[in-house]
Order: sequence, then structure tokens, then C-alpha cells
Amino acid sequence: MSTRSFLGALCIAWPCLTAAAATPAELLAGYSAAAGAPASAARGQQFFQATHGKEWSCASCHGTAPVQPGRHAATGKTIAALAPAADARRVSDPAKVEKWFRRNCNDVLGRECTPAEKADVLSWLMGLQP
Amino acid sequence: MRRGSTRGRCIVAALLTALVGTTAAHADEHRARRVPPPPEYTQECGACHLAYPAWLLPATSWQRVMDSLARHYGTDASLDAAQAQRLSAWLQANAATGKRAVPPPEDRITRAAWFQREHDEVPAATWALPAVKSRAQCAACHTQAEQGDFSERHIRLPR
Repeated sequence: MSTRSFLGALCIAWPCLTAAAATPAELLAGYSAAAGAPASAARGQQFFQATHGKEWSCASCHGTAPVQPGRHAATGKTIAALAPAADARRVSDPAKVEKWFRRNCNDVLGRECTPAEKADVLSWLMGLQP
Repeated sequence: MRRGSTRGRCIVAALLTALVGTTAAHADEHRARRVPPPPEYTQECGACHLAYPAWLLPATSWQRVMDSLARHYGTDASLDAAQAQRLSAWLQANAATGKRAVPPPEDRITRAAWFQREHDEVPAATWALPAVKSRAQCAACHTQAEQGDFSERHIRLPR
């Protein structure tokens, strides 16, 4: 299932208002289904903390332990903690999650992330406790 | 004597004109400060850096910035087209006039002549502090920058 059809499916399942809410588990289920394989938190952690041929990793801005706030690698601006257990606003809006994966994967990998990569990262983030 | 008093009046008139001009520019700035940016501007642009007040860059600079969001000073800051259009229109409408009307190099606020002049007393060691990190981080010293207030009484240099 592509990401687009996954988001479409979410909209059918829940009334699509201006900002459709979803739980992290729902988002993870969608990405795992699109990947066609279960997510791996260990793979997600490795992916998040490694560089991928460019200057930055995900951790460059979000920190290696994203239960704490991060700091933008270029501007120094504080970035709220990414783990849903540390900040309930995180991983709750499918469109926002997609927007940031699109931009940040482009910065870190020079391409979009695959549904499997997104599922792995979400799976790791959801297991983190502050 | 007569010539002198005419010249005196001319000087007074010139001073008054200059004063009124300056006051008008300040009034513009203060008005701009009082108009808060749209929430989506603060949310979208303020995620990675201070949601810079529109009056810090001229309209032509904002146009170029908004036309190249996918390559935004080394990062992908792309928005969907409708949202980019809305924010761009707001930035154009509230862009800098007067002494800040000249597009700075690379459309960077921090490279504008007025910026460099107004920060020439900041020691290099202060710029290099971890709490500052980048010249883009106005709020490191301008404690009310998030509210669009850069006045001197709200400056606290970190140590």
C-alpha cells in the first residue's frame, strides 16, 4: 500500500477534518502495511542515529535520545522531543508526519524514505520512555 | 541677519523633515510589531528558526525565499503550493520598507548592512557561545524576539 492510499484509508476510517488525528500505533500500522513487513525498532534506532551519505543524521537535530528536546543543527533552535511518550503532540497528525519525513529524509538521505524505514523509526520512537 | 534667519529656518525645516521621516519609519515598524503573524506562519517557519518578522526583509527577498523553499539555506523546507502562496502574500504585504528595503546578499537578514551595523558592538566571543550558535538565533539575546520586539531594553547577552 502506498503512503497516499494509506492516508486515504485513514481518512475513510476517521472523519477527515482539517487536521486528521491518529495515534502513533495507527500510523505505524499503516506504514508497516505499506512496507509489507513488520517494523524493527533496532533497525529504526540504527537508521535514526547513522548518517546516510550526507552531512546530517536524524540525530543531528533531534539528538541521539529523542525523549529530550533536540537542537537544529544549523540554526540552534530548540526542537521539541520527538518521542510520543515525551510529547503527546508527536506522531499524532498523519499529514504533518508525512511532511516532515519528506523534508527531513531529503536532508539526511537525499531522497524520500521508504515506508519500511518510516515504520522502523516510528517503532523505535514509540518504545522510548522519558 | 536676514539671510541668517532664513538659513536657520531652512535648517529647522530640514531637521523637522528628517525627524518626521524617522518617526514615520519607527511608526511603521511598531505597527508591524503589533500585527501578529498568521498562526500558520509561526508554526511552519518557526519550527526550525525564529519566525522572522516580515519587516526584516524586503518583498523581493521574500519572493525569492518563498520560491526556493525546497532548497532553503541547505535544507528542504518545502510547503504545499497553496500554503506557500498564502504565506508569501502575507510576507509581501508586510515586507521591509525604508532602510531595510535593499535586498541583502543571499537574502540573508544577517548579511544586511543595517544588521551588521546594529550588531557591530557584539564581541566575537559572544557570537561563538554555544547558547548563540548561529546569527539566525535572534532569541539567544533578544529575549522578546518571538513577539517581534527587538528593542534594546529586552537584550540580554548570554555569558
